Amino acid sequence: MKLSKILMGLLFFISVFAFSCKPKDADIMADAQKVLPAGTMVQVNDGVATLSGEFKDEASRKNAEETVSKVKGVKSVVNNATVMQATAPMQTGVASDDMLMKGAKDAAKDFPMVKAEVNGGIITLTGEINRASLPKLMMAINALNPKKIENKLTIK
Amino acid sequence: MALQEKYKELIAAAASQGITNLKMEEQGNVLHISGNAPTGAAKDALWEVYGKIDPNFSSGDLVLDIDAGAGLVEGAQLKVTTTASNLNIRKEASTDGEVVGKAKHGEIVTFVRKENDQWWVVKTKDGEEGYSFSTYLTPIG
Repeated sequence: MKLSKILMGLLFFISVFAFSCKPKDADIMADAQKVLPAGTMVQVNDGVATLSGEFKDEASRKNAEETVSKVKGVKSVVNNATVMQATAPMQTGVASDDMLMKGAKDAAKDFPMVKAEVNGGIITLTGEINRASLPKLMMAINALNPKKIENKLTIK
Repeated sequence: MALQEKYKELIAAAASQGITNLKMEEQGNVLHISGNAPTGAAKDALWEVYGKIDPNFSSGDLVLDIDAGAGLVEGAQLKVTTTASNLNIRKEASTDGEVVGKAKHGEIVTFVRKENDQWWVVKTKDGEEGYSFSTYLTPIG
């Protein structure tokens, strides 16, 4: 009997505590959201603030974490926000090295004496090829749209 | 702009062959020319001009990305333009893909769809269907 009373009391205490906590979290959340830039979000649960969304760079991501940690009522910050992927300063349509390598391998497959290498968007061709086959190979390599083609083939 | 001067004949040919979506950009001493050719013959004509300016295609200052397959619709006729050998028709869009059929040099096959710029799905008159390397397929018409 005594145990159940204690349990009841405990349950009552927990529920009161939980209820009293909820609006508080909401207040913290509102305060924290005010200090964050657009595109980012904060959720607060028992004083633990969780950041999500995208920041333009790592510095602003860290800065936001710092700022939110100082908001009244925040006990700790979980930073789940990410940094936007910088758009590569490459020409549009230029393919990645992996794509180029796969394409170059397929293109050179019929010419066993031709070796293709890819580095930083540049395809380098070495080895030997017949003059008659050269345009076909070059068409296939050009169609991959690399940054540059270094043709060092010996033409027979 | 020196490169556009060097390849001015090619640029003029692109206009006269009716290349659409034509884009030209010079970057790091390489001139990139891309566009869609209305036919395989128009693409070949451009490559012929390129071959006159640089017979070995070895100057390293031009990337000529002309796509003759942009306007292809299912059922279009394609000529197998391998140098001499048969064209492999494969189960997957890769030279590692299993060969499921072959088309002879000069044979006409039917376009089904485009997997990407390099690999097209084609069907032979015998009903063999699979992926082939687009360099060896020339749209006719």
